[in-house]
Amino acid sequence: MTSRPRIGLFVTCLVDLVRPQVGFATAKLLEQAGCDVEVPVQTCCGQPAWNAGADRHTADLARAVIDAFEPFDYVVAPSGSCAGMIKLHYVESLAGDPKYLPRAQTLAGKTHELISFLVNVQGMKTVAAHCAARICYHDSCSSLREMRVRAEPRELLASVDGLSLSELKEPEVCCGFGGLFSVKYPEISERMADDKLADAQSTAADLMLGGDLGCLLHLKGRMQRKGVKMRVRHVAEVLAGMAEEPALGES
Amino acid sequence: MTLDPRAFREAGRTALHDPSLRVALGRLKTHFALGRAQAVERYGDWESLREQGRAIRDYALARLDALLEQFERNVVAVGGRVHWARDAAEARDVMLRILREAGAKSVIKGKSMVSEEIGLNPFLEANGIDPVETDLGEYIVQLRHEPPSHIIAPAFHLNKEDVAKTFRAVHDTLDPDRSLIERTELVAEARRVLRARFESADAGITGANFLTAEEGAAILVTNEGNGDLTRLLPKTHIVLTGLEKVVANLDHAAVLLRLLTRSATGQDISSYVTVMRGPRASDESDGPQSFHVVLLDNGRTRLLGTEAEDVLRCIRCAACLNHCPIYAAVGGHAYGATYTGPIGAALNPGLMGVGVAHHHANASTFCGRCADVCPVKIPLPKIMRYWRAREYTDGLAPKAMVAGLGVWAFLAKRSRGYRLATAITARVLKLLSRNGRVHALPVMRNWFAVRDFPAPQGKTFRELWAARK
Repeated sequence: MTSRPRIGLFVTCLVDLVRPQVGFATAKLLEQAGCDVEVPVQTCCGQPAWNAGADRHTADLARAVIDAFEPFDYVVAPSGSCAGMIKLHYVESLAGDPKYLPRAQTLAGKTHELISFLVNVQGMKTVAAHCAARICYHDSCSSLREMRVRAEPRELLASVDGLSLSELKEPEVCCGFGGLFSVKYPEISERMADDKLADAQSTAADLMLGGDLGCLLHLKGRMQRKGVKMRVRHVAEVLAGMAEEPALGES
Repeated sequence: MTLDPRAFREAGRTALHDPSLRVALGRLKTHFALGRAQAVERYGDWESLREQGRAIRDYALARLDALLEQFERNVVAVGGRVHWARDAAEARDVMLRILREAGAKSVIKGKSMVSEEIGLNPFLEANGIDPVETDLGEYIVQLRHEPPSHIIAPAFHLNKEDVAKTFRAVHDTLDPDRSLIERTELVAEARRVLRARFESADAGITGANFLTAEEGAAILVTNEGNGDLTRLLPKTHIVLTGLEKVVANLDHAAVLLRLLTRSATGQDISSYVTVMRGPRASDESDGPQSFHVVLLDNGRTRLLGTEAEDVLRCIRCAACLNHCPIYAAVGGHAYGATYTGPIGAALNPGLMGVGVAHHHANASTFCGRCADVCPVKIPLPKIMRYWRAREYTDGLAPKAMVAGLGVWAFLAKRSRGYRLATAITARVLKLLSRNGRVHALPVMRNWFAVRDFPAPQGKTFRELWAARK
């Protein structure tokens, strides 16, 4: 491998649609970590279809992602959820496709969630960023339990000038997003969000960070509905020194 | 209370707004999750033990037929009998026949989820037999004519005050001045009433945590000692359990016991572990004169060889329930089924059909905590997803969701169309937003029912990235 790995940035459909800034923060961090970043043609990883049991749609989308991303040294996504889909579930989705299964396996081996990639693969220890805030960190279930990422974002956040972290009491508990779950069972999702918000508020943090935009949209949306004043950002924005831009859902 | 898995949504809504249930469910963490975490910590190499447990259960399931036949031979060898029941109706009939042949009118029972699964108590009552539950929690829900709400803690949905109220309403020999405030007082009151039933019972019914093929033994774990009394005092003892509970031998069962009690209650070992083997031998002074084992299939063997077969490894510890945010939100009764929480969500579609138990498979965020705490490493979310896929291919998934996914997938498979659609959507949402949020839309109503949508920045990443380059 050359000294500068070529990264296929999987930007994720939510970042693409709602918060491009996270994509730029991701690219900036990857470049700081000594990578060349490219953004191949992409739409969605297919997770909504997979979780709904729509296996044919999933396989079609998985094959498209494999075609687009296999030329790269690594696939990196600013999301444990989308990275987990590519890394763990494409091989399940394409188990019956002898042509694509080995390619899915190869892609799985080089797919990473952003922060763990920066720390564990590229050896990033610190960032040069400033953010005067007391934060709490929301671990997404997919980051925690599919990608096994927990320490990495905390390690990098510790180097952010002006930032202090107050941990949630129950960081391992789901926030209730769950993709389509949030619209299939809105009342249960609401209860889970409210439990998470209560936990977050008890930390007295003024900023919530997380590595998955899905959870953050759900939690910020619930905060807006309830009138909870807490800013929310993707962790990459802070690490990339882009915390001066308006936070999620701020005009 | 009738059980209907199809009413999950409505029952869940009611449960979410039940303040006393909220108090009870708040104890999941303190009562179970914390104890389990500490027990796992004390044990040390928990992951190796889990792997051993998984292997032991897989070994048994891979030769289920042979082990069951061996189990039967060894039960018969010590003077017991084994009865096979294909489904719930057959199991009820077998139970009734055994009890009638024993001339039993009064029956005491240890806790058995299989008994709940086949609806045994109402059936026996309709046939002139009076069953009384002797596990405290199960006894309480029996008095209240409710099903258990939790696999190992049947009355978990209740608070102490509810139990006191129930005893006062039902126990007609209870002195109204007697205090029923403390847990110990409630236990003493139940014991007072149950003692007489233990002494007069004609037959005892228990479940089994494991069956061991080599010894022809059934193993029972309790903390109240009621299982032992149920086995030992009456003339007839019937073990009613699922046929997947068999393992090769006592050594295998011993490993599973280590996993079971730590995962269930956080105990290194339960107060009682009873190995039950055959009727009273000629040189023994106590024990039942006749011993029966009733083995229920009821859809279990149908799961072998499918993507759901790992669910049969389950040892019913309830750790998955205790760590499930859905269970913690709605409680057990909302499921409308005997098996609740993640294990119910993975098992019920197989036992009842995915058309009946579809909510169980769908009401999950796939947060994965259940699989992480499962002592025999059942990939519970994966099995729930398998049932969703079956629901989808069988044409049972909600039409609106299938249509919505169809439109979305059509676009997502066409990069240019998708780019255009997202560029338009980002702009429209931005235009419709006020103060950084979209408050309502004629689509995605269930999203906006409980939350706003934070306003997009207005252009897509792909547009901006292309412009930057």
